Amino acid sequence: MKRSRRQFLKVASLSVAGLGAQLAAGGMTKAAAAVKPSYKEDALALKAKRWAMVIDTREFASKEDFDACINACNTAHNIPQVPGKTEIKWIWKDAYEHTFTETTNKYQSKEVEDREYFMLCNHCENPPCVRVCPTQATYKLESGIVAMDYHRCIGCRFCMAGCPFGARSFNFTDPRPYIKDINPKFPTRMIGVVEKCNFCVERLDEGKLPACVEAAPGKIHFGDLSDPESEVRKLLEENYTLRRKPALGTEPGVFYII
Amino acid sequence: MYNSKYVISVLVIFLAVFSYPFWGNLASKDYTGPKLSLPADQKQCIEPVEFMRSQHMTLLNQWRDSALRDGKRVYVASNGATWEASLQKTCMSCHTNKAEFCDTCHLENAVEPYCWTCHVPPKGNE
Repeated sequence: MKRSRRQFLKVASLSVAGLGAQLAAGGMTKAAAAVKPSYKEDALALKAKRWAMVIDTREFASKEDFDACINACNTAHNIPQVPGKTEIKWIWKDAYEHTFTETTNKYQSKEVEDREYFMLCNHCENPPCVRVCPTQATYKLESGIVAMDYHRCIGCRFCMAGCPFGARSFNFTDPRPYIKDINPKFPTRMIGVVEKCNFCVERLDEGKLPACVEAAPGKIHFGDLSDPESEVRKLLEENYTLRRKPALGTEPGVFYII
Repeated sequence: MYNSKYVISVLVIFLAVFSYPFWGNLASKDYTGPKLSLPADQKQCIEPVEFMRSQHMTLLNQWRDSALRDGKRVYVASNGATWEASLQKTCMSCHTNKAEFCDTCHLENAVEPYCWTCHVPPKGNE
């Protein structure tokens, strides 16, 4: 049998077109079969344009006052109690001169200088840790919270160098053996990642206030800094407050009533 | 042909060994997947079983990004049901046996996901 060049081209082009159509149709049915993901916020979620915390330092006198908050945070977030220099800290206490390094005047009120102060991640408006993170493992949410995705953290510790408040801790060892009772509702971390306070974003998203705020009713206040009617704004108007290292311009979101 | 006695016998042995996967499999039983322990009180997972089998890792990735980056922690399934996008709070509340559910299949498929270095497996396992 002899075929002309013309006949051959006809058959060849038809078969290519048919094959293409089949592939396209197959692709489309596959796409239709795939589940369309859809996500929404919890109806109870607490929302703000800028979350902020006001700590009434006058209310924290005894060790128990501090421990109530620290323990609440530890259980909520499975924070390991690693001893020594490799400790993991989300919220902790320290002396006046370590907290307010720029405001140590001579002959100050002895009472203020002797008090201890809570320290935690300040959830800065201009967070240096976010700028230096090479993997976007740490990022700023729309609500102003500086959050972390531990899945992405490669443990380079640039954020620890960037943070002027020492709010970040590195897991030098496997943290699991240092957690007494693991809370099954929150993950732990692993060796080689950095961690820090997350302003209890997982609790806010389900309508609860942060664990430390809940553990110290009336002593730590939490609210929307952008709302002039909010509790935190009223407290800031009525009381003299300090923030840590204001000259750095990171605009911390944690205020201390002195 | 020189040394045909040796050449042919070695050739036959070589062919027998080389084709072992073909005739060896003809004799053996059909492959059956691993037996998983499924939650007794549930009929269906949050999505159809075929989707969950092939896409659960993609779904978990989407859950993570949605929950952590967008603050959207409620997953609306294709049948309209809503679930909290959380491995520990949602998945592990039904699949309480990690060893006989997750691990059995992952072992069979020679994959080693590192979910459990951070995420906490349910207590029923320990």
